[in-house]
Order: sequence, then C-alpha cells, then structure tokens
Amino acid sequence: MASPANKTLLDPLVDNNPITMQVLGICSALAVTTKLETSAVMCVALLFVLTLSNVSVSLIRDHIPSSIRIIVQLTIIASLVIVADQFLKAFLFDISKQLSVFVGLIITNCIIMGRAEAFAMQNGPGRSAADGIGNGLGYSAVLLIVGAFRELFGAGKLLGYTILPLVTEGGWYNPNGIMVSSAGAFFLIGFLIWGLRSWKTDQIEEGV
Amino acid sequence: MRHSVTYTFLFAGAVCVICAVLVSTSAVSLADRQRANALQYKRKNVLIAAGLIGSTEKVTAEEINKRFENVLPVAIDLETGETVEDFDTASYDQQKAKTDPEMSREAPPNLSVIKRLPKYAVVYQLINEQDQVEMLVLPIEGYGLWSTLYGFLALRADTKTIAGLTYYQHLETPGLGGEVDNPRWKALWPGRVAFDEAGRPVIEVIKGPAGPVDEDPHRVDGLSGATLTSRGVTRMLRFWLGEHGFGPYLAKFRESRGAS
Repeated sequence: MASPANKTLLDPLVDNNPITMQVLGICSALAVTTKLETSAVMCVALLFVLTLSNVSVSLIRDHIPSSIRIIVQLTIIASLVIVADQFLKAFLFDISKQLSVFVGLIITNCIIMGRAEAFAMQNGPGRSAADGIGNGLGYSAVLLIVGAFRELFGAGKLLGYTILPLVTEGGWYNPNGIMVSSAGAFFLIGFLIWGLRSWKTDQIEEGV
Repeated sequence: MRHSVTYTFLFAGAVCVICAVLVSTSAVSLADRQRANALQYKRKNVLIAAGLIGSTEKVTAEEINKRFENVLPVAIDLETGETVEDFDTASYDQQKAKTDPEMSREAPPNLSVIKRLPKYAVVYQLINEQDQVEMLVLPIEGYGLWSTLYGFLALRADTKTIAGLTYYQHLETPGLGGEVDNPRWKALWPGRVAFDEAGRPVIEVIKGPAGPVDEDPHRVDGLSGATLTSRGVTRMLRFWLGEHGFGPYLAKFRESRGAS
C-alpha cells in the first residue's frame, strides 16, 4: 500500500491529474504545445514554480493573515515566475524567445494557485513539495502528449527533426492544420479525458 | 486566527521585501548573460540575412562573433540618411526606441501598419578583404496577416540588387504565411532587382509563380494560400526602400561611392 507521501506524489499523474481531472491549466496547455520543445521547457518551468510555491506557502501557512492570503500567494508565485523567466533568458535564450509571453502567463496558471489554496495551506512543506512535484509531473505528461501530437501531425516534426516530410519541403505529408490551432489542442485534451475516463471509470462524475 | 492590522501590514511588508530581494538578485546577477544573449541573437540574424550562416545551421557564440568580424554596424539618421558617429550600436534597441518620444516620430501614412519610426536605425555593412562594402543589411518590419514581421533585407553594394530576405520574428500561420521562413522561397530572392529604371521600388511578391531571376527581376513567387502575408512583404519592402525608409540612406551611400 502506498504511503501517504507516495500517494501525494503519484495521485496527480493519473487519478487526480490537474488537466484531465481537476481541469486546471488548460490555457497554457493549448498555447505552448505547438512544438514538443517548447512544451518540455514549459513543463520544467511550471514544475519549478509549482514545487517552490507550494513549499513557500506551506512554510508560512500558519502565519499568513487570512485577509491578505490570496495576494501573498500571488506575490510568491509571481516572484518565482520572474526568476524562472530570468533564468530562461540567461541560459535558453532562443527558447525563451519562442515561449515569449507564455512564461509570464505561468503566474495566471490556475494549477499553481489552485494547489497553493487546496493543499499547501493545509499541509506541511514535505507533503506540499510532493504535491507540487506530482501535479507538475501530471501536467507535464499531458503537455508532452499533446505537444508530440501537435508537432508531429501539424508540422511533421518532433523536436525539430523531420519525421513526416512536408509537401512544402518536397515530401508527401500534407500537414493537419487543425493540429496547429488551439482548437486542435482542445480536441486532443478532450480525447485524452475521454480515454482516461473510459479506462478509469471511477473518474466519471455523478449525474453525467 | 485573527491577526491585528499592524501584524498584517508587517507581514505584507516582509513578504514584499523578501520577494523583491529574490527577484532583483536574480535579475542583476543574470543581466550580463542576458545582454550577451540578446546581442548574439541579433548578430546571428544579421549573418543569416547576409547569407553568412545557413538559417538552420547550428552555430556557437564564438562562430557568430568570428563571422561577425566582417560586419560593420553603422548608425544612421533615418530621415536624412546621414551616418551618426559615436553611437552605441551594440546596445541600441530599435523596438524600444520607437516607444520613446524623444527617439522616434510618428510614421507617415503607410500600408504596413507602421505607427512610429525610430530616429536612428542601425544598418550593417559587410566588408570584404579589399576593405570595400560588399553588402548592406537593413532592418525591416511590417504587418502581415496576424502579426508584424521583423526581419533583415540584404542588398548588394549597388543598392539595387537584393542579396537576401530573412524574417527572424513573426506570428504568421505556419504552413501559410509562415512559409516566409521556407528556405526554398528565400532562395528565390538573391539577384532580384528592387528598383526600376526611374529608381522607384517596384519589387513585388505576386500571386502565382514568377520567372527566373534574369527574366523576371522585379517579381518573386507568391506564397500559396498566404495572399495577405505576401502582400505585407511587398508593402514593407517598398516602404523601407522608399523615401520614408532607407531611401535617403541608400542615396547617400551611392553618393559616397561616386556611383550614380
């Protein structure tokens, strides 16, 4: 039987996945998944911010005056995102150019605020770290799947390497335009949720 | 747990101070690296436009700096075309200058949705072994379908023949307008003549295929399914090669070489 700490870490991968189950963080899942590379960098950035934000909020949870609770959480999250952005601009400049505004938008990612409120405010730093890592990994799993699909079928490439040679480059593959648009990402996530609930029928909500 | 107002203020203050220290420490300690990266990025794109680096070639920072040794950045006054001495070309950010009322002016009505023009622009001269200017690389921008496209136009030393066109930033639809990045389309540009006999910019991206360079010097193949982006390219090239863009500079350049 999984110990509580393991459960916290592993639950968000499938049983309580932030995107497919909690339905949080959809916006960035649509926006940055046009390429696998940018998806991967976004995943790492979010994992970093989510884990540290959970730990920080958890450390001061007994001291935060409830009247400014949300704003304090937001300040911590925003600061961490700025630091992450600075690191990207310093060490992965080309990728940061491609991610442009979406790194800053991590501040608005519902997953981070959601876990801070729902978990970090009620649990110790160790458990909160595990929750942050677990949710970050759950988010990453979905983003990498969507990103792989969109880049492969929308551009014929994976990580920039040509897998399906495009017609415009002398090949045979006519790229799927829907995969390039956000609507395509939305459909993919929908299919993922459908598939997941067919596999784990206990995820289906009551009355549906 | 109900806290006093004083406590709330002190707590808020403490959070602000700690976060501010964290953010500013990271920003300051990484600033040099970031500046170096931004400069490399700019240089790499100038070299790509000049054809000194392949657009998908992976190059290290040292390689970029080495190949950039033959490139001379020159600051010019956009309106008069005069060269400006003692200008810090490395740190000049043309995009930022456009938002500064002291360093920019309102653009004349144009079809490229260019709202403001910077006072100064940095152009790049490619110098060959005989110490002569071989190529001019001019920064250009203009609206396509979904976004402003930013790029460089490379002209041969006669200031009339195009050596290349490269965009380094845009948000056009991949596969349609985004094909401005397609190497096979970019390969159609070298050798095209931008001006007619009277010196008017007539270069055009047409609908459908254009002829080869020697037979059809003023026209380039259109991008299939990307009429508005193609139109945007035509318009911005004509703007920047005209009297409100680099026209005055190109005229001064021709004068200084003694050519007509």
